[in-house]
Amino acid sequence: MSSATQEQTETKEATASLTQANSWKGLLIQPIVLLVILGVMFWWMSTADLTETERITLNASYLSTLAWEHLKLTIISAVIVLVTAIPVGILLTRGPFRKLTTPVMALANIGQAAPPVGLIVLFAFWLSFGTTAAIVTLVVYAFLPVLKNTMVGLEAVDKRTIEAARGMGMSPGMVLWKVELPLAVPVMLAGIRTALVLLVGTATLATFINGGGLGLLITTGVNLALDRVLIFGSLLVAVFALAVDWIARVIETAVTPKGL
Amino acid sequence: MPNSTADHNSSTGNKVAFNPSMTEITGATILLENVTKSYGAKKAAVNQLTLEIPAGKTVMFVGPSGCGKTTTLKMINRLIEPTSGRIVINGEDVTTMNGDELRRRIGYVIQAGGLLPHLTVGANVGLVPKMLKWDKQRIADRTDELLELVSLDPEIYRDRYPKELSGGQQQRVGVARALAADPPVLLMDEPFGAVDPITRQRLQEELIHVQAELHKTIVFVTHDFDEAVKLGDWIVIFNEGGKIEQYGTPEQILAHPANEFVEDFIGSGAGLKQLGLTRVRDVDIRQAPAFTVGEDAATAVAHMNEAGVLRAIVLDSRDRPIGWVTRRQLERMTTVGAAHARQFPVVSDSATLDDALDTMLVAGSSDAAVTGSRGAYQGIITVQTVIKAIDHISADPEEVSTPVGHNTGAIPKLATGENGVISYAMDEEETATEVENDSAPWAEHSDPAETHRGSERA
Repeated sequence: MSSATQEQTETKEATASLTQANSWKGLLIQPIVLLVILGVMFWWMSTADLTETERITLNASYLSTLAWEHLKLTIISAVIVLVTAIPVGILLTRGPFRKLTTPVMALANIGQAAPPVGLIVLFAFWLSFGTTAAIVTLVVYAFLPVLKNTMVGLEAVDKRTIEAARGMGMSPGMVLWKVELPLAVPVMLAGIRTALVLLVGTATLATFINGGGLGLLITTGVNLALDRVLIFGSLLVAVFALAVDWIARVIETAVTPKGL
Repeated sequence: MPNSTADHNSSTGNKVAFNPSMTEITGATILLENVTKSYGAKKAAVNQLTLEIPAGKTVMFVGPSGCGKTTTLKMINRLIEPTSGRIVINGEDVTTMNGDELRRRIGYVIQAGGLLPHLTVGANVGLVPKMLKWDKQRIADRTDELLELVSLDPEIYRDRYPKELSGGQQQRVGVARALAADPPVLLMDEPFGAVDPITRQRLQEELIHVQAELHKTIVFVTHDFDEAVKLGDWIVIFNEGGKIEQYGTPEQILAHPANEFVEDFIGSGAGLKQLGLTRVRDVDIRQAPAFTVGEDAATAVAHMNEAGVLRAIVLDSRDRPIGWVTRRQLERMTTVGAAHARQFPVVSDSATLDDALDTMLVAGSSDAAVTGSRGAYQGIITVQTVIKAIDHISADPEEVSTPVGHNTGAIPKLATGENGVISYAMDEEETATEVENDSAPWAEHSDPAETHRGSERA
């Protein structure tokens, strides 16, 4: 091989590792900014001249209870979404199930188009008020991005690559696990990240049906006209959502196969 | 498919694979028996195709797009399942066996290599051995060996990812990967279609060298007739519906296009393409008197009178031709000298007739000296020799026993000859018009197209 080609491939390699280094650097900035914001918020909370009513909600132990509830809502619904939407997405890209794509996508679209505030109340009347109804709503709401990206990611895998893998004697299952899923991972993870951020934000609604979570700060702030509680709660949810987004991006960077 | 040969076949199939008379070929014979592929009620993509692919040969499938050549190729490793018919490889019916296991035994190369982008070059090459559960060290050794075979330095390329390679390099890795488990059969689906012409030419030449070393049975799909002529021992020209228009050696097809379709497909350059097939050493080289500088001139003149020629070639002390002198000039010399010798076009015996004719025309000469190794004089070639050679080529291919290939639905009879050699013979009554020869060429090794047979069966 000529040295020119070699040089070319070497440059390619260099740029590849450069962009990778850049993405890791980008990943470092986000958590630092979030920690600073969080620090400022808690410094303010401990030093500000808060009223008695404000103190009831804005104290460390109550906040951590709410945060834990919120986290639980998010994690449980996220896990349910992942274990349902990904397999359904895989199934809908397999031969005989392809024709079910349109109805399933329609359902998933309705799930996302319906306003979650209304949805959560409807589910509460049906399933009784509490965490369960909240989780069901969250699952319905976050189902679409995961499903859609799983399907798009799998469909985007070069058909010739799949054929080459089949031609080498890989079974359809091996092709799915060793070729299609690894190659679809970047697109799938983008969908999962979107879903996670949606979940953190939407989980604030759980408080309307007595489902717990950080939404309580916001409703309390609104109902009792405590602006500082309202702002603090909203900020906290935002920081939470961005933290989840960051974790998902770290996973994305780590899991994405190197050769892509 | 109702066929009485099935039983017969399974009982002898294993014997064939290890038959001592076939040891020098690592390839396997492939037989498609009355194979049809149809999609629903539409016209069949491949209709009643019976095709025999001799072991250790490169067989090119050419034809216009949509002619069923790729479908036929993919039915051999059953990426496309035939609707009806049988596929027999080395006497073993593979139509019903596990398709994945079958494909692990058959190399498969597609355009741009079809490499898995998330695996390194080494991992790509080692894929099939890994599926066959070879141990790690053996896979690593084999990977390096194959990368070297396709001219890629393992140290540099083993741990790279496909996207870090050029198109030609990816294609080489694709070939190495297909060869990894040493399969007897290699299927190549327009593998060089996506690279630039210069890279393509180099890859083609490398494939010729690899094949000269390994003697696999290669089935190669291309839409480029020139590529087929260059690489193929045999060429199958397909028309729509997998209809075989002609099955023959490149020489046969160029000399005797079976019909108008084949003529159109070959295109207008057929005559010249034919000249590119034959090398100077393959034709009759005329012996003309030649004398080394310093020889006695009188003896030389006597020789020339005896032979009744007017010109002789003058050679230097290493037998290399310098030019020619007339008898009249020689008569005036005491010893043969090169002083008055006239320039003479020279061609190597490994040049093609195309090159030879070109050299003579450019030099304005009706003949040229032919040289062998180290430029030593061999004889002379004339324009008439070239023209005669074309006539000869035209007549010669008739003698080659063409493998079976037709769409009539008739199936060649399976026969076990001496030494347990399996051969397919056509029932003459059924297919007398299609098949001129009823012998099995690969079983008898009577095929004149073969040039290399030396490697040991692995």
